Amino acid sequence: MEQKPPTNKNAERVVEIRGLNKSFGSNEVLKHVDLDLYKGENLVVLGKSGTGKSVLIKILVGLLKPDSGRVLVLGNNVVDISYKELLALRLKVGFSFQNSALYDSMTVRENLEFPLVRNQRKLTRAEKKRAVEEMLDAVGLLKAINQMPSELSGGQRKRIGIARTLILQPEIMLYDEPTAGLDPITCLDINGLINEVQERFHTSSIVITHDLACAKEVGNRVAMLLDGKFERQGTFSEVFDTDDERVKTFYEYNFIQ
Amino acid sequence: MNNKSEQSPVDHKTVKAPGKLARMFLSLYDVGQFVTRFFKEGFLPPYEGRELINQCYNIGYRSLLLISTTGLITGMVFTKQSRPSLAEFGATSWLPSLVAIALLRTLAPLLTGLIAAGKVGSSIGAELGSMRVTEQIDAMEVSATNPFKFLVSTRVLAATITIPILTFYTALVGMLGAFLNVTVNEGTTMEAFVQDSLESITFLDIIASTVKAVIFGFTIGMVGCYQGYNSSKGTEGVGKAANSSVVIAMFLIFLEEVISVQFFALFRTT
Repeated sequence: MEQKPPTNKNAERVVEIRGLNKSFGSNEVLKHVDLDLYKGENLVVLGKSGTGKSVLIKILVGLLKPDSGRVLVLGNNVVDISYKELLALRLKVGFSFQNSALYDSMTVRENLEFPLVRNQRKLTRAEKKRAVEEMLDAVGLLKAINQMPSELSGGQRKRIGIARTLILQPEIMLYDEPTAGLDPITCLDINGLINEVQERFHTSSIVITHDLACAKEVGNRVAMLLDGKFERQGTFSEVFDTDDERVKTFYEYNFIQ
Repeated sequence: MNNKSEQSPVDHKTVKAPGKLARMFLSLYDVGQFVTRFFKEGFLPPYEGRELINQCYNIGYRSLLLISTTGLITGMVFTKQSRPSLAEFGATSWLPSLVAIALLRTLAPLLTGLIAAGKVGSSIGAELGSMRVTEQIDAMEVSATNPFKFLVSTRVLAATITIPILTFYTALVGMLGAFLNVTVNEGTTMEAFVQDSLESITFLDIIASTVKAVIFGFTIGMVGCYQGYNSSKGTEGVGKAANSSVVIAMFLIFLEEVISVQFFALFRTT
């Protein structure tokens, strides 16, 4: 498996996080976190379960409120943005959920139409139909268009979830544990899809995972969350070339897995 | 941050060890915010007309069989149980009037409200609860749509529109049950039964019944949506949301019934 080329750090910063803190009761999850996402890169955020990886990306789309810090997404500080501005920003930031979060009372077609109908009201019925079909074709699941989410496999659900996110043509993609709960072959498919999305739609992405194979395959850059802070950032090799026991344990555990 | 709309307006986790009373007030504040949001957003465009019709169908049409059976049986049984008391005074001819008043003023709205609280309230609570814990509501939100409008406003409006219609349907079916009983026992004709019934009903009865049904419908929709929309803790939370939707809605319906009876009594001359 070849590593992807490293990030061009001269590129524009599409996400800029400074001094971010988030606690749940007495549990400090994120402690003065700093992080950047550069235009066009895939940034993988690694860390153990419960270390606040998902919390971080939920803050980026305004699903959670930080305790303090500055969070700039495409130049907007989501900490003090108005609800209207946040809605506009969310059109440019796609979020793929860990369990896909497909609307289980709707067919695949209706799932994809849902954000489209409500955000692009000027599109004609034929244009919406074409957009849905093109997006499903892009993720290789056009044949599932009339199926219900309950009829799909885990990997198919992930693909549909990503297609639903992409239909609004976001500039930034946030993937929450895209390979969690999938078999190794399907994981490879999903990793391939994430790379394809980056190339075809020119997105900048943050991929939350604890799967090192996924990190290596999709990440231009890796950031490792340790004890609430990004203590290690760089290419995959740079991050894991260390004597830090916490990092070594994480690597070895994944290798054994 | 101004996007508090999709989060609980009170971050309970940051409130240090609130007492029982403080928790109660925080919950009441949450409920107040939720209801206020419905009135602020529910009637503004863009409208979710298709979902509203869909919910009216779910709440109304799908409850018809249960409502019909319950209404018919209630009308028959109420007539049968009332007959001996009236017979003591030789007043069995008052049965149509008695049943009409009882059904329209109290039995039909209360019965419909309680049945809908069980059937509709639990269904809304469980559906929204399940959508919350599987992140479907979050998914709607991050796709720049307003899940409150799509999920809550439509369900509350549908319940508020449909329950009054179901209430009059229950009254009608109940009267049919009463007529069957009366015609078998007293040989009363349909024409006489209808005439006796209508003579005893006043315009105030119809208004009172409609107002009560609207309030019951609003309560059922709002309680179900609030419990489901704010549920947490996985599948346990979904069960809890469904259960508390029924219990709280039923309690509030009884409370509203008592208050409305007292209120409308002020306008009655007899």
